[in-house]
Amino acid sequence: MNHPSISTELSSLLLSSPSIDQIGALERIARIQSRSIKGAAKLQGLRMALSMIDLTTLEGKDTTGKVRQMCYKAQHLHDQADGLPTVAAVCVYPSFVAEAKKALGTSGIKVASVSTAFPSGQASFEIKRLDTQFAIDNGADEIDMVISRGRFLSGDYQFVYDEIAAIKAICGPVRLKVIFETGELDTLDQVRRVSDLAIGAGADFIKTSTGKIQPAATFPVVLTMLGAIKDHFDKTGQMVGMKPAGGISSSKLALQHLLMVKEVLGEAWLTNEYYRFGASSLANDLLMQYQKQLTGRYQSATYFSID
Amino acid sequence: MSTANWDLDPSMESTAIVQLQPKYDLFIGGCWQKPKSGKYFATYNPADESVLSEIAYGNQDDVNLAVEAARKAYNEVWSKMSGAERGKYLFRIARIMQEKSRELAVLETLDGGKPIRESRDIDIPLACNHFFYYAGWADKLAEAFPGQKPTALGVAGQITPWNFPLLMLAWKIAPALACGNTVVLKPAETTSLTALKFAEICEQAQLPAGVVNIVTGHGDTGAALVANQDLDKIAFTGSTAVGKLIHKACIGTSKKLTLELGGKSANIILEDAPIDQAVEGIINAIFFNQGHVCCAGSRLFVQESIASKVIEKLKFRLQSIYVGNPLDKNTDIGAVNSKKQLETIEKYIALGLEEGAEIFQPTCNLPSKGYYCKPTLFTDVAQSARIAQEEIFGPVLTIQTFRTLEEVVQKANNSPYGLAAGVWTVNGARIFGLSQQLKAGVVWANTYNKFDPTSPFGGYKESGFGREGGRHGLSAYLQFKN
Repeated sequence: MNHPSISTELSSLLLSSPSIDQIGALERIARIQSRSIKGAAKLQGLRMALSMIDLTTLEGKDTTGKVRQMCYKAQHLHDQADGLPTVAAVCVYPSFVAEAKKALGTSGIKVASVSTAFPSGQASFEIKRLDTQFAIDNGADEIDMVISRGRFLSGDYQFVYDEIAAIKAICGPVRLKVIFETGELDTLDQVRRVSDLAIGAGADFIKTSTGKIQPAATFPVVLTMLGAIKDHFDKTGQMVGMKPAGGISSSKLALQHLLMVKEVLGEAWLTNEYYRFGASSLANDLLMQYQKQLTGRYQSATYFSID
Repeated sequence: MSTANWDLDPSMESTAIVQLQPKYDLFIGGCWQKPKSGKYFATYNPADESVLSEIAYGNQDDVNLAVEAARKAYNEVWSKMSGAERGKYLFRIARIMQEKSRELAVLETLDGGKPIRESRDIDIPLACNHFFYYAGWADKLAEAFPGQKPTALGVAGQITPWNFPLLMLAWKIAPALACGNTVVLKPAETTSLTALKFAEICEQAQLPAGVVNIVTGHGDTGAALVANQDLDKIAFTGSTAVGKLIHKACIGTSKKLTLELGGKSANIILEDAPIDQAVEGIINAIFFNQGHVCCAGSRLFVQESIASKVIEKLKFRLQSIYVGNPLDKNTDIGAVNSKKQLETIEKYIALGLEEGAEIFQPTCNLPSKGYYCKPTLFTDVAQSARIAQEEIFGPVLTIQTFRTLEEVVQKANNSPYGLAAGVWTVNGARIFGLSQQLKAGVVWANTYNKFDPTSPFGGYKESGFGREGGRHGLSAYLQFKN
């Protein structure tokens, strides 16, 4: 924390980062996971989780056709069932933002674009700036940037802080999600430090992972990030959003995550304004459980469209 | 999408698994015997005040019969049996308890009011583990105390409290039997049912008659047990007031004594603590089992620089604590064990207000029937306030602040009790420094209320003497020739 080039602002941020006791965090999580989510609460939770999904495709082999199909699914999760919400957003590479924007039209579903040389972030700032600007020019509503993990791990916190602040300046009203790639960080203390740093630099959302590295959105990591969001809210009254991404593939896990949000942050965060799941396979499991909860029977997975 | 309330639905554990008899007799010499007085008393479910069963009220005659049966079993069977054979019985008991763990958990919750989450995840598994653990020692006593020729004491009278009925039974009976003693156990009057179930388990395990005897009753039954002249040992867990009476009664007799009594344990949060985990630890320290825990972290000391933050976080956390029907799997705080105990707690809460402390209780609806108490925080508490000095044995936490380590050690030790303490800091040296200075039998670091059969437990000062658990727990039931 005594990096010679650190600003007073950042230094006070880092000094206020508390330590995280991993064993204590695991115990807290075990308590939440032992809760029983049944009946109407389960149905409500499943609907809520569906409405919080950032339906995602981030592959080298993505095509406009694939993106269009995903955008249709985003609006029509399972037309055989009544009362389903749409997802919150679709998440694509910058080159597909225009296509996604067109396909989603006036549905109200947001287009999120990854940027800043996703997923590694190993590029010059100039490239990252252009990458972000390109996505915004094509109509992106939200930017999911990655931090420079190498710089963070080497202790160059000022670099990471300044980079986030600079991307935030480019974003303006476009909401900025900052991806930490926690699978590349070592301790929960580091997760907490980077959370405080990113929130201080202007992140609207903090996000665990790119989905390219395992482990991704583990419970201890998410709990630690929620703690940073809570402390920031207590200090400033500002609500920062949370997006776990990668690894949450079942309804059970999703509901436990939502309960963790309720207990750690409060119900104000239980909306897609402030909470998102970055996921591709989660949606169908939620749909399957939703139908089961309504009808009492599991349907075959073949009844749910894969794309 | 706008936010809505997201409340969990009730998720009730079924009680169908519990088979209760309308009336229970005394378990003496391997059979069920009617009490000489002919009297029975009702045992209630504190969650809804319903009667669960009728229990025999044992008197001096019953106690004497039970001690005779235990003496006979000791002389004729148990003292002649090899340690390995005794161990087999203990393993068998442990396995049957494990098989019946769901029934035992539901019954413990019905009779005592504790949340099913705790009886299912903590009480019953730990009780089983105590039997497994001491079963392993039964044939290794000579190795546990090399060169000291350990032998059994004889017959032990054991009196258990109502806060962890089956677990405290396990703490008492498992080491006693492993060491070769036979026992007469008197469970607490409000929570006798799992002890009676345990008697059925002894029958099922074909434990020789008279090795374990269960005599139910009230305080006078316990006094009769202490007064019996043919006992070699008294083990008591309960209040300090009763412990002192027992201590007096045993003076001048050949009875050995161990006492595990009250506490007013300090939970100390230093400014470099992992705050969110410490807040969780404070909650677990005081609200575990409705605060009916002898080692509950009932006195919180927070370093001044983080005090307001910690208190705000505690208040927020209390809003997500579920108080209500203990059979609901989501309940964190269940029913207070008895009407009498609820009145005691309420008396102390009123006293706290009189003493000028500031109270905080979360907004939550308590069930209309049954004995319930909201989790309660008191801030602005003076060291000299009675609520900070006396054991409340309920979900009531007093919060004090401190500036220096020297000050907090003085304040923490400024108590007639010395059962447990908690220290929260990421600084390892400070953990060791403080734990050496705190006059308490157990010091937890960055955690609280952790129990394990391998770890000894017991107090300093008026919290009692003797240790239960671990290898230390064996020596309470052995005599040595050096």
